[in-house]
This record gives sequence, C-alpha cells and structure tokens, in this order.
Amino acid sequence: MMEIRTPKTHKAKRVLEKRAPKLVENGKRTLILHGTKTSATLSSVLMELYRLKKGGAIKYSRRNENIRPFESGGETSLEFFSQKTDCSIFAYGSHTKKRPDNLVLGRMYDHHVYDLIEVGIENFKSLLSFSYDKKIAPHEGSKPFICFTGEGFENVPELKQLKEVLTDLFRGEVVDNLNLTGLDRAYICSAVSPTKVFLTHCAIKLKKSGTIVPRIELVEVGPSMDLVIRRNRLPNEGLRKEAMKSSKDKPKKKVKNVDQDDVLGKRGRIFIPEQEVGKTPLPDKSKGVKRERREGKLKKKNKEEGSASKKHKKSE
Amino acid sequence: MDTEMDQIYQIDVGNLLAFNPNHRFSSAPSSREELVKECVTEGTKLVQAIADTLFNFPSTESVDGPLVQLPPPTTKLPREKHLPRPKPPTKWEEFALKKGIQKRKKDKIVYDETTDKFKRRHGYDRVKDDNDIPIIEAKASDEPGEDPFAKRLDDKKKRVDKQQQNRLQNLKSAAKAGALPSHVQLAASALPITGTKAQPKKLGKEELGDVAGLAATSTASGGKFDKKLPGEKPTKKQGKHHRYLPVVPRYGWVDEEKEQTNKVLGKLLSKHSHEILNVGKAINMYNDKKEKKKSGRSDKLKPKKDITKKKPYANKAK
Repeated sequence: MMEIRTPKTHKAKRVLEKRAPKLVENGKRTLILHGTKTSATLSSVLMELYRLKKGGAIKYSRRNENIRPFESGGETSLEFFSQKTDCSIFAYGSHTKKRPDNLVLGRMYDHHVYDLIEVGIENFKSLLSFSYDKKIAPHEGSKPFICFTGEGFENVPELKQLKEVLTDLFRGEVVDNLNLTGLDRAYICSAVSPTKVFLTHCAIKLKKSGTIVPRIELVEVGPSMDLVIRRNRLPNEGLRKEAMKSSKDKPKKKVKNVDQDDVLGKRGRIFIPEQEVGKTPLPDKSKGVKRERREGKLKKKNKEEGSASKKHKKSE
Repeated sequence: MDTEMDQIYQIDVGNLLAFNPNHRFSSAPSSREELVKECVTEGTKLVQAIADTLFNFPSTESVDGPLVQLPPPTTKLPREKHLPRPKPPTKWEEFALKKGIQKRKKDKIVYDETTDKFKRRHGYDRVKDDNDIPIIEAKASDEPGEDPFAKRLDDKKKRVDKQQQNRLQNLKSAAKAGALPSHVQLAASALPITGTKAQPKKLGKEELGDVAGLAATSTASGGKFDKKLPGEKPTKKQGKHHRYLPVVPRYGWVDEEKEQTNKVLGKLLSKHSHEILNVGKAINMYNDKKEKKKSGRSDKLKPKKDITKKKPYANKAK
C-alpha cells in the first residue's frame, strides 16, 4: 500500500523544487567539515574558506570520526550530509601525523562522490595578518576572477584536476548579467612545481587609464597558502560522461501579457489597478511642513546669527 | 582586444577565468616574497586580459552601475545532479493521443440555465453544485426504493476514489522511470496484519483504560497498590458492586439494616404479596436445589460424566 505525500506548505514546496534536478542548475554549495583532529592552521583555513564562500557554503563545527573519503565505506556520512544540505562540493579537513594539515576537496554527482583530491596546506597566512586599506576589501558574494599560471596545470593530471576543482569551488553562481562595479576579488593559483600550487586571494583596485578599460592593480588581502598534492581520485569514465552531458536548448521563459500579432506586431497588455478615490494619500498640508514656513524659519535663524556675530564684533 | 595576448592565455569570460600555460616558474628557490610577487604580477596580467574583453562589451546602464551581458562559460564542468528525465505519459495522455482528443481550455465563468446568470465554475455559488439540486427526474432504469441524491454523492465518491487510484498508478510508473515530480514522495504506509484489508483499529481512551485495568488485576495484589501515573483514573471494579450497610447503626440515625429487612417482610406479607412473589418460580427453584443437593454435585466446574462409557479397569481391580 502506497500513499502520496505532498508538502503541506508553499515554503516546503519551493524548497523541494529548488533542490530538484533542473536543466540550468543553481550554483554549487560547499560543505565544510573536519575530522577527528584539526590543527590551528587547518581550523583557520576552514573558517576562512567559509568566510570567502559565505552565502554558498555550510560549515559544520562538530568532529566527524567516521568520514574517510578515500575508503570505500567512509563516504556514507558525507553523502548523507550532501543530501541533507544540498551541497555538491565539500572540503574535509583533518590532521594526522602521517598527513598533517590535510584538506580533501571533493565533488558530488547526484549526492554520490564524483571525484576527490587531497592537498596538504603549508605556509598558511591568515587574512587577519594582511593589512590593507579597508575601502578595497571585497564584498561578500561577489563574483571572483580566477587565474591559473604555470605549465603544470596542463601537463600534470593531478594539477589539471585541481584546476577544475578550484574553478568549481570559487566560481559561485553562473550569471548572465554582471555589474562591472562589483568586480572586487581575484584568486591567483600558480603551479610553482609539479606538486605544489600557490594560492592567494587578492582585492582588485581599478585605476584610471586612457581607455574605457581601467588599469588593474591587485592587492593581497585574503588567505594565502601552498597546496601540496597528496592523493587523488578521478571519476570513472561512465560517470564523467554522464555528468558532463548538458542539454543545448535553454528553457523558454514564458513572458506574460505579450503576444505577437501578424498585423500589428508585438503587443503588450498593461493592467492599471483600480483607483480608490477615498484611499489616496493626501499631501501633508499641516502648517509647520509648508515650504514657505521652513524657509522663513531658516532666514530668521541666519538673521539672528548675523546679528549675534555683529554684536560680538562690536564688543571686540 | 589584444590578439597576441589571447594566443598566449586561455580566457573563459563566462567564468571570469584565465589560464597562462606558458609561464615557467624558476626551479631555483628564490625568496618567498619574490615568489609571491611574481605570482601576483602574473595574476595581474591575466586579470587585465579578462578585463580588456569584459569592459569592451556593450554595457547597459542600471541603478547600481554598468551591466554587461556575459557570454556562457566555455570550460565544461560536471553537473551537480542528473538531467531531468522525461516523464512517461499518463494513462489519460496515452488515450488522448490515440483518440486524437485535444485539450480545451475551460472558462472560469459559465452560463447557468436554471438562474439566467453567469456563475463561476468552481467555488462559492458555483454552477452545478451538488447541494443545490432541487429535483432529480426519475429515469426508467432507476429502482423504486433508491435515493437518487444519495446515489449521486455515492457515485461522486467512487469517481474520486478511482481517480486517486489512477493518480497513484501514474506516479508509480513515473517513479519507475525515475521522473517523479520533485514535490511528490511515494511512501509505503503501514501494512495490515492477518492479511485482511481492514486497517488495525486504534484503541480509544476507555478501551485503553479497560486493558490497563485487566493487566493490573494479574498482579499479585490485584492491582490495588500499583503506582498510578499523574492523571490516571483509579481502576473500575469488575463484577458486582456491593454496598454493605453499617453493622452498628449511628447514634440518631435510622437503623438501615432493620429498615431493609422490614421492607422485604412488608412486601411479602402485604395484601398484594401474591403479585410480587412468583410462586411457580419459587417452587421450581426450591426443587432444583433439592435435587442438586441429592446428587451431591454442582454442574459448574466438574465435567459431565458419560454413563455409557465403561470404566476400563473397574472389574480388574476386583
């Protein structure tokens, strides 16, 4: 015996529709959590990553002892959390003697682990240690520039995967329209060696140049760290092909109150709300608010001040 | 747009992404600050390259600032969820397709012939409300003793139930194809026990109390000293409720026991005593009692002896 369960409130229905698989997807959300033990550097890394991705990230503060991303049974908890919070990227930090300051970045497809990459963090500099003019500080949730430098990102497969994961992580929402005044941050990733990537976060200063295009100046503001590649797991081919599939056609948004007429062309309909004569707000015609009164008062005040200063002058 | 730069860098404007594959970092370890500086300068060049293309796009003015239309991103990244799967057509949709039935849009306001007005189709004061029908004409196929109004309601209920079943079947086939609508969940409700179709009835308040009382009597002290939960009522006593009169009458009060016996005697010895006392019944009861006493057993607990059965070892013992 089966029964049909539908949400009883509109809010619940909207949440379910938001999480449903769609043609054009929402931005990926990040789940940040840590394992049994974390070092000071690692906990500040996780905290700052959360701050950088505020609005599109969820941070869990408790220890998770049963999560081992690289083992076959240790992913169930991660998949459960991904399902509950609707997050498809996760950053799992742990600190052991064998792997100090370990960060595992992973992605999910249909709430199952798609791929993983494990990096170690070295030479971490917190964003609190950078001093800069607060006016250029990047705003929360702004779309960042992402820059990769170095031949390693093309030649070394692990770095290639890291490039993809970092793009996914920092990208945020895919937007159609961009406000040019809101560009204020950039992530710089440089492949210093085949196993090491230097990552830093900078704020953008736009300076006047002769042309429309402003001259860009980068100022380091945010956390900077060295990522040392440790382990990784690539997605299996079938899953990768399925995940990379995208439908070409965009969903046609139905525009209301506009129709195309062969004779007259494009026609629109405008609805004017009913005019409620009794309920229109009347202007405030009380005595004190009138402009003449206000101006008169101001004049009087100035006159008084003028006379007072004259008096002072006289006394001197 | 600097074409030379584009040849060197791989730019994805849709993602605001730039990649310089040709820069080689010196393997000789320079100082940390120099390395950082080098990275930042390279990064600046890349951001400048993206900004070159970005600021040259046609921009529209808005309240917050100049808006540019971004092209779709070129780097392919994996999706987070599968593509939405096509829903299998429902039973009605298949039938309509086969028969060529077109969907017709229904108007919200319909003309009502009984009152010559335009009424709405659904809701308050609607066109064909079941409660408003004054007369139902009898047809040749109707049975004489049937209530047509109740029949109408019954038919509607059956139609609604059938539709609910059809909806469930459609959703089940959609779930099988992996295309269940996002706001619907199919859940298995509780299975009935003993294979009957009836759902197990839930016990009411009084029934629960009775069962609790029954359980209490099975304790050693008959449930008398059981701890009760706050708000639980004391157990109802099973069986006859005796009211025993006080042995010694209270000072100044009527002797109730005397009153009781006097009452009975009075009834027996009164003028109409033959009407009260059923003499026939009394005689029968007396005779029965005498016979039972004679046979020396009561037929309550002992099993009835079968006289025709022979005792196996009766003679052997002798």
